Amino acid sequence: MSVLTVERKVLEKNEVIAQSNREFFKSHNIFSINLVSSPGSGKTSIVEKTIATCQNKFKIAVIEGDVQTDLDARRVDALSVPVVQIVTNGACHLEAPLVRDSLQSLDLNEVELLIIENVGNLVCPAGYDLGEDMKVVIVSTTEGDDKPLKYPAMFRNASVLIINKIDLLPYLNCSVEELEKNALSINPQLKIFRTSCTTSEGMDSWCNWLKSQLRK
Amino acid sequence: MHELSIAQNIIEIVNDNLNDHQKNIVKSVRVKVGKLTNILPDSLVFSFEALVKDTDLDGAVLEIEHLPIKIKCAECGAVSTSDDFLFSCEKCGGNQIKILSGNEFLVSEIELND
Repeated sequence: MSVLTVERKVLEKNEVIAQSNREFFKSHNIFSINLVSSPGSGKTSIVEKTIATCQNKFKIAVIEGDVQTDLDARRVDALSVPVVQIVTNGACHLEAPLVRDSLQSLDLNEVELLIIENVGNLVCPAGYDLGEDMKVVIVSTTEGDDKPLKYPAMFRNASVLIINKIDLLPYLNCSVEELEKNALSINPQLKIFRTSCTTSEGMDSWCNWLKSQLRK
Repeated sequence: MHELSIAQNIIEIVNDNLNDHQKNIVKSVRVKVGKLTNILPDSLVFSFEALVKDTDLDGAVLEIEHLPIKIKCAECGAVSTSDDFLFSCEKCGGNQIKILSGNEFLVSEIELND
């Protein structure tokens, strides 16, 4: 009986490609965010609103990840920014090689912000580095204020929390203060924005903050 | 839920570390799984067993070593460990903490029947 010591990361292949994506973004002066949330929290609406609010200030490109259909890419394409759709065909998260391959078909000329919209899922995308500068987690008020406690790994790995659908608060049994408290108990470094894609509340401060993060 | 593709990664790492003779005498593969990885052990073992069936690795057992969350408080310096999710210091309650352990996901050892 003999034992071989291996000590190799199970996700090492993904990590190597994520690192090369990261170097690619850096060398092209692109600031990149990985948008993660549960399905239906408003990721694509946030992308649309971000483009509408920021388009005159800096250039944006989008990678859309979905289990099926190119519906989201079509919504973004209507706003005249470079967009590519990744269809995972059932897979529950994006991986770094998918992002690398999709970069081939994206016009990144002068792009300063790349938004990668992940598959709607608060579990699996937490474990996969895509090479992004940071993860931005979105929670909508309709999901309830205990969401961060149920999916701690995602909230711990994110740098920004967007609380979306803030306009619906009068109709919901959701305390935004409690939601923020729960999120900060897991990750006190979280930068928090409160937004509504219907009223545009919070979009200016979100976009100003994005602008401050761009590589000069 | 992506344990099948993860099991495939584990098998590739095992094959990468063994010659053809060794591949046929693997008794067990030991992986270390941190609490923060969200991996389902039963599903991972099931996927591993399904993928190695009728291959050189048929019969190899996947052994999972769970690693708890270990944190160090930036305020009082205390180290706390928990098998549950833990993001604040157990001594002073502070939440400015550094995660020392819990994110690991490694193929650590391969045991051979030789």
